[in-house]
Amino acid sequence: MPQFLLELFSEEIPARMQKRAAEDLKKLLMDALSKAGFLPTDMASFSAPRRLVAVVEGLPVRTADVREERKGPKLDAPLPAIEGFVRAAGLTNISEARVVSDPKKGDYYVADLVKLGRATAEALTEIIPDLIRNFPWPKSMRWGEGSLRWVRPLHRILAVFDGEVVPCAIDGIVADRISEGHRFHGTGPFAVKNFEDYQDQLAKAHVVLDREHRKALIKAEAQTLCQARNLELIEDEVLLEEVCGLVDEPHVILGDMDPSFLDLPPEVIRLTLRVNQKYFVVRDPKTGGLAPHFIVVSNVKATDGGKLIALGNARVLAARLNDARYFWDLDRKVSLESRVPKLDTLVFHEKLGSVGDKVRRMIELAGEIAPLVGADVAQAQHAALLAKADLTTEMVGEFPELQGVMGRYYQLNEIVLSRPTGEGDPAQQGGGGTPPSVGSVDSSPAPQGSTNNQVIADAIRDHYKPVGPSDSVPSEPVAIAVALADKLDSLTGFFAIGEKPTGSGDPYALRRAALGVIRILRDRCIHFQLTHWVPNHSLFDFILERLRVALRDEGFAPDVLEAAFAIPDDDIVRIVARVAALAKVLKTEDGANLVAGLKRGANILRAEEKKAEWSKDVAVDAALLAAEAEQGLYQGLEVAKAAVTKALGADDYDAAMVALANLRQPVDAFFDTVLINDPNPAIRLNRLALLVDLQNTSEQIADFSKLAG
Amino acid sequence: MTESLTPKVQQHETACSRALAAGKAPSFQDIILTLSDYWARQGCVILQPYDTEVGAGTLHPATTLRALGPKEWRAAYVQPSRRPKDGRYGQNPNRLGHYYQYQVILKPNPPNLQELYLYSLYEIGIDPTLHDIRFVEDDWENPTVGAWGLGWEIWCDGMEVSQFTYFQQVGGLDCKPVSGELTYGLERLAMYVQGVQNVYDLDFNGQGVSYGDVFLENERQQSVFNFEESDPAMLKRWFEDAERMCTHLREKNLALPAFDWALKCSHLFNLLDARGVVSPTERQSYIARVREQAKGCAVLWAQSQSPAQEVAH
Repeated sequence: MPQFLLELFSEEIPARMQKRAAEDLKKLLMDALSKAGFLPTDMASFSAPRRLVAVVEGLPVRTADVREERKGPKLDAPLPAIEGFVRAAGLTNISEARVVSDPKKGDYYVADLVKLGRATAEALTEIIPDLIRNFPWPKSMRWGEGSLRWVRPLHRILAVFDGEVVPCAIDGIVADRISEGHRFHGTGPFAVKNFEDYQDQLAKAHVVLDREHRKALIKAEAQTLCQARNLELIEDEVLLEEVCGLVDEPHVILGDMDPSFLDLPPEVIRLTLRVNQKYFVVRDPKTGGLAPHFIVVSNVKATDGGKLIALGNARVLAARLNDARYFWDLDRKVSLESRVPKLDTLVFHEKLGSVGDKVRRMIELAGEIAPLVGADVAQAQHAALLAKADLTTEMVGEFPELQGVMGRYYQLNEIVLSRPTGEGDPAQQGGGGTPPSVGSVDSSPAPQGSTNNQVIADAIRDHYKPVGPSDSVPSEPVAIAVALADKLDSLTGFFAIGEKPTGSGDPYALRRAALGVIRILRDRCIHFQLTHWVPNHSLFDFILERLRVALRDEGFAPDVLEAAFAIPDDDIVRIVARVAALAKVLKTEDGANLVAGLKRGANILRAEEKKAEWSKDVAVDAALLAAEAEQGLYQGLEVAKAAVTKALGADDYDAAMVALANLRQPVDAFFDTVLINDPNPAIRLNRLALLVDLQNTSEQIADFSKLAG
Repeated sequence: MTESLTPKVQQHETACSRALAAGKAPSFQDIILTLSDYWARQGCVILQPYDTEVGAGTLHPATTLRALGPKEWRAAYVQPSRRPKDGRYGQNPNRLGHYYQYQVILKPNPPNLQELYLYSLYEIGIDPTLHDIRFVEDDWENPTVGAWGLGWEIWCDGMEVSQFTYFQQVGGLDCKPVSGELTYGLERLAMYVQGVQNVYDLDFNGQGVSYGDVFLENERQQSVFNFEESDPAMLKRWFEDAERMCTHLREKNLALPAFDWALKCSHLFNLLDARGVVSPTERQSYIARVREQAKGCAVLWAQSQSPAQEVAH
C-alpha cells in the first residue's frame, strides 16, 4: 500500500518543544486522515533540531466509489417535477434515469448515482496546509514579509505520497521532495523518493532522525569515554532529553576542569555544568565525589577530533566557575544572620509584605509548632530567622535553585568564621573574611556548639522540603517545625488576600505547599488540629481536597473517601487512619454485611425524619425492649459503644471498625425478626430510638450511607 | 534585497583575515572593523553609536524605532552599553558597567539570515567545522519598550556569543514586516577568539594597547560614581524633568526627540537603581513610567511611518 512522507523543515526548534511536537504532528495527522475517511495501518513521527517528520503507511491511492440509488417522480409527473429531479440528481437528460415498474403505484424514475472516490493526494493537498496553520506550538512567530506562523521560520515542506509530490503550498512555500541534512556536515539539498530513501540520505548527511537513537548514541559514547578514564557518568535523563534536541548528530567529548574548583560545593558545580553549560557531570568512583571533568555533546565532528571544542568549553566553564567562586568567597565574608535585615527590602508579595515580614511570621509560627513536633522552641525560632537569609546572597541570586542549600553551607561556615584559628571542614576553607558581628534575636540565643548549629543549618536547607512528589520529607523536628511554619504562612497569607489556585493557574505553588503540609503530618505522624492553624474555611477545604485527591491516587475508592470524610475532623493523621481502617473492614464479610444493615436502618430513619411529630433525640428505654433480637442488638450496641469509645480514645481505627463489625450478627437478626412498625406506638418509637443509637455509634467512624452497593 | 550566499573560501580581505594570515588572533578592533566591512557588503548602513546613554544596542532608534513601519531597512553599528548596576570596580574579569555590543538589523529579515550570520563568524576567524556552534532557544523581551521576539542565543563551544531575534512586536505594535536582529557581545567574542580569560587582557588594537589600558580606569571611576557618589535627589529630579520633556515632545508629535528623553529617563532610573535607593514598589512604578514614555514614542513613530496603519494603544 502507498506511503505518505511529510517533513516540515525549519530553523532550529527549541529543544524542549521537539518531543511534544512530534507527538502533536502524529495526532493531528491521524485525526485529519480519519476525518477524511482513511484508516492508516501504521504511522510514525520524528523530531530533530530542524525538522518534524511523519510517515504514514497503508493509505489507498484513492477512496472507494460509493453507489447510491435515487428515487424520482412517476413517469406521468408534471414536467417541472421531472426537470427538478434531473437537476437534483445531476443528470443531463431524463433518459439517463432508469424506469422501475410498480404494479401498485405505477412506473417511476430511478437515477443510479456513483459518488466517485477521491484521490488520496487530493485529500492530502488540503490536509497539509491545514495542519501547518493549526499546529499547537506553545509559542509561534512570523518572519520576513509573510503572515504564516511557525515556531521558527519554516523553509521547506517535503510531501511525497506514493512516490509523487503532493501539490500544495502555504504562504509561498511550495511542497516538494527536497530535504537537506546537517547544517555543517550536509552536502546540500537532496531529492527524496520515499521514507526508506529519506532515512538513508539523511544518515549520509549526518542527521540521526530518531531521537531515541540519538539518546542511545550519546549515552553509549559518554559511557565509553568515562570507562576509558576510570570515571563514572552521572546519568541525567532530563539533560539527555534536552541535549538530544540540540544536535542532529551527537559527538561526545570529555573535557577537563581545573581540579582546584572541586572545593566549591558540589551542588554549585553540578548546576553550573548542567544548567548553564548543558554538560554531563562525572564522578570519581574511588572517592565517590565529583571528578574534574565534564561531558559535552557537540553537534559537529570537528576536523581536529574536537580538541578546540574541548578546550573552548573548558575555558568557558572555568570562567563560569570563577564567577561562582567569586560569589562563594564574597557571600562568606558576612554571617548569614547579618543578612536578615536585608530581607526587609525583598518583596514577598505586594499585599503580604517583605520576605522579612514573612520571616517574622514564620518565627512566631515555628515557636508555636515546635512543642507539638518535639522541637526545641529556641532552635526552631532561630532556624526560622535564618531560613530565608540566603536569598540575599550572590550565589542564590545566580542560582535560585540553590536556596536553602547555600543557606546551610553559609550557616556551617559560621563556625569556621567564629573560630579564631579558622580550622574547619577543608571544603569550607578559602573564605578568609573578617569575623562578622553576630547579633541574636531576643527569643533565641546564638547557637551553642556545632551539633546545635548543624541542626539549624540542616533545617535551613530542609525547610523547603518536600519540593515535589519524589522529594523526601524533613525528619528532624526543627526542620519540620520551620517547614510547616513556612508552608502554613504562605497558604494562610495567599488565601487571605484571595490568591487561590484556579484550574488553570497556581502561580504561588499553593497546591504543592498544601501537599507538603499533608505529607509532613502524615509521614511524621503529627496530630495537628488543623483548624487552629488554618482558620480560613476555604483553605481548610482546599487542604482536605488535596488530601482526598492524594488518597484517591493511592487507590482508595471514592465512596470510601466520601464516607470517611463525612465525619467532621481536622486531624490529617486521624482522617487517613479512618480511611484506611474503613477500606480494610469493608474487605471482610462482616464489614460488608454490616454496611447493608446500617444502610437499611438509615433509610428507615430518613423516612421517619419527614414526619413532623418524630424526634431523634429520644433515648432507648431498656424496659420497653420486647423481642429477643431487639434485646440482642441493645446489648451488642452497649458493648460496641464502649469498645468504639475506647478505641477512638486511643486513635485505633482498626479496633473501632472491628467493634462495629461485631454488630453484624445482632443487626441482621434485628432486621430479620423484628417489625419496627409495632401497633404499640411506644414500642415502635423505642425501636426507632435503637436504630438512632446504632446510627450515632457508626457515624463516630464514618457515614456508611455514602458507601456504594 | 536577498541574495543567496554559500559559505565558501574567504573572498574579502579584512582586518581579521590579515591578522589570521599573519598567524595572529584578531584584535578587538579587527573584529569591529571586519563586522562593519562584512555587514556593509550585505547592504547595511554603517552607523555610529547613538550619542545618548543606553542599556543595550537595541535601544538605538535605528533598531527600536526602525523596526516599526513597512519600510525596508538594514543597519549595523557598535553601541556602547551602560549598565551601572553591573559595574565591579574593574575587579571582575567578566562583568562590566560599560561594554560594547555590535548590533545588526535587517528588515525584512532575509530568508538566509542564519547563514549570513554564520558567515560573519567565519570572517572573524570562527570556523564552523572546528567549533561547535549551536542555536539555543532564547526568547527576547524588553518590557520597557513593549518589545518581544523569538530566536536564539548562539553558542560557540559553550559560550554565548550572540543573540539572534526575530522581532514580533515593538511598542506593543506588530512588526510588519519582521526584522531580524543580531547582537554580538563584542568583549565575549573577542575573549573567545583571543583565548583570553580576563576582559582587561584583551588585545585592543594589535599594537600593544589592551582593553584594560583603554577601559580599566573608566570602570573603576564609573563604579565609584554609580555606587557611591551619584546624587539620588538630583537623579530623581532629573528623571522628573526628562519625563516631562518627553511627554511635552510627544504632545507635539516629535517622536524622535521624545525618544531621546525616554532614553534619558531609562538611564537615570538605572543610575538610581544601581545606587540602591529605589524601594521595590518604587522600582515597579519607575519602570512603568519609563515604559509609558518609550511605548508612546514607538507608537507615535509608527504612525508617522504609515499613517494608514491602525494603531492600538
